Amino acid sequence: MVKTTEQIQRDLLRPVLDTSWRVTPALAGLALLVLAGFSAWMYQVYTGIGVAGIRRPVFWGFYITNFVFWIGISHAGTLISAILRLSNATWRRPITRCAEVITVFALLIGAMFPLIHLGRPWLAFWLAPYPNQRGLWPNYRSPLLWDFFAINTYLIGSLIFLMLPIIPDCALLRDHVSGWRNKLYSALSLGWRGTQKQWHRLETAMHIMAILIIPVAVSVHTIVSWDFAMTPVPMWHSTIFAPYFVAGAIFSGIAALIIAMVFLRFSLRLEEYLTAECFDNLGKLLLVMSLLWFYFVFAERLTTWYGNARPEMAVFWLAQRGPYRDLFWVMVGCNFVFPFPLLAIKKLRTIAGTFLASVAVVIGMWIERYLIIVPSLSHKFLPYAWGTYRPTWVEVTITVATFGSMALLYLLFSKVVPVVSIWELKTGLRESEG
Amino acid sequence: MSHGWGMAVDLDRCTGCSACVIACQAENNVPTVGEEAAQKSRTMHWIRIERYYEGEFPNPRVKFRPVLCQQCDNAPCEPVCPTYASYHTSEGLNGQIYNRCIGTRYCANACPYTVRTFNFFHPVWDKPLHLQLNPDVSVRQLGVMEKCTFCIQRIKASEIQAKAENRALGEGEPTPACVQSCAPKALVFGDLNDPDSEVSRLARSPRGTKLLDELGTQPRITYLQRDSWDGQDH
Repeated sequence: MVKTTEQIQRDLLRPVLDTSWRVTPALAGLALLVLAGFSAWMYQVYTGIGVAGIRRPVFWGFYITNFVFWIGISHAGTLISAILRLSNATWRRPITRCAEVITVFALLIGAMFPLIHLGRPWLAFWLAPYPNQRGLWPNYRSPLLWDFFAINTYLIGSLIFLMLPIIPDCALLRDHVSGWRNKLYSALSLGWRGTQKQWHRLETAMHIMAILIIPVAVSVHTIVSWDFAMTPVPMWHSTIFAPYFVAGAIFSGIAALIIAMVFLRFSLRLEEYLTAECFDNLGKLLLVMSLLWFYFVFAERLTTWYGNARPEMAVFWLAQRGPYRDLFWVMVGCNFVFPFPLLAIKKLRTIAGTFLASVAVVIGMWIERYLIIVPSLSHKFLPYAWGTYRPTWVEVTITVATFGSMALLYLLFSKVVPVVSIWELKTGLRESEG
Repeated sequence: MSHGWGMAVDLDRCTGCSACVIACQAENNVPTVGEEAAQKSRTMHWIRIERYYEGEFPNPRVKFRPVLCQQCDNAPCEPVCPTYASYHTSEGLNGQIYNRCIGTRYCANACPYTVRTFNFFHPVWDKPLHLQLNPDVSVRQLGVMEKCTFCIQRIKASEIQAKAENRALGEGEPTPACVQSCAPKALVFGDLNDPDSEVSRLARSPRGTKLLDELGTQPRITYLQRDSWDGQDH
């Protein structure tokens, strides 16, 4: 269906300009959820990190799982959007912004967890290399410090990458609203007047950022994997971890993007923009990543089994036969067995099919991170010091609340900025008209 | 010459009496955490007696292995700390600066011996132990990692005393609390940089092994035993 530029503009400005009454209860519900999570965290800060379920020897649990999970989700956006932009895939136009905004919000949420999990979170600023009278610097050999820089670089980069293509749309909104919103959009549009020179500069800047952000995104999850791989812990100390984590991150990121797009499609009535073709193409990408994920898991488990080193086999059997057996097979089911036919068979690769597959993948990838962290820590080298882990209500509440905060931030964003880029669709229309 | 502190643990002498555990607890203000936390595996002993059983009834054998911080020369806990709270001292110890610790617990995950303990809450002692805190040792606060220091307060006190008297440190000076309390003399502490010290002599013994030697952590503790751990040649 061919649309006119006026139609595009009207359809995509509508969610920003007109707000349905249904938004208020949704906002309130999500805000309550976030408040519950925040209260749980404040309770933990006040009482002590001991209200979480971590213990000796499993000193990392839900919080670090969430950290890796959300940083992984953040790879949805920027990376996918950058690759699609550079390869000039035309079907990317309606989805790039939905993807880029996931990155920024997921990073904000993920980056909170290293703070939430600290024993003394009020001293977290000691990670930053700031000049101080004691002449103390952070330890540049620590992978946690690499994380600090990698995540901050990625956050700043993704924010620029998100904000650049928003400029022309903010200028459009500026001309449609009055009052304080006019002031807001005037500030966000950075004096955009749509001159030839401005368009040229914007395209150049977006191109540079698309190229720059790819190595940054890859580095982020590489370094997250090195938090584990740089320690002599059984099954952590592995050369496969960096590519394994990056692949898993993109995998869960695409799944998160599909879920977000389904919600946007129905709640904002964007059926004609987030089309079945977009879901079909993203479904193919998800299929490739599912196969890649299975390949990595297979390679990791098989080499460990053949290597037959005692400490590693203790952890290996813990997941294959021991108490984590059920979780392990749920993970394989969610990440491969269930989504594979949904994504591989063309008839099933519908919007509903990709949505179901994506929900499974998000669950499966969360479990994957949990199974990487907890079994290894609970069975380190000396059997006498083996242990277990069980989360408490504090960790569960905070975990659930992060999903609420993601939805809340996304909802607010969709009410401030058009989630589908108006000017890029118009450009696409002009190009197709020749 | 600078000192390089080390220990020898004679497993053939250890009776598993746990006097070292109690002595360490009293000397170093180690919290007793209480029953509930202990059930959650949050005990904070800086030294533990590992018990391993072998054989079937009626001929079971139990073996004891006191495990404390191995003060590795190539310690996995040190490089991972983002704030330099765990660092290497000039006398070969794995130092832990409580005030600098922000509680990432990364060091404890990296430690293959699982000898680092964490203050999950503010420290508590079962009464009346809260009245007998050692004034020479700081009490660690909530959210801070801690571990065996080889009784650094005793080491420093001995060094200062010897310097004041303008003499070198003698054998058995200083002595950590665990070594002092060990009735069968299974624990021997001393200067590994002095080739004539008892601990150096024991470290060279053919009975000596290092715990998890294959990891390359270069521990400063030598375990002595007549036969290998499981009775087989390796």
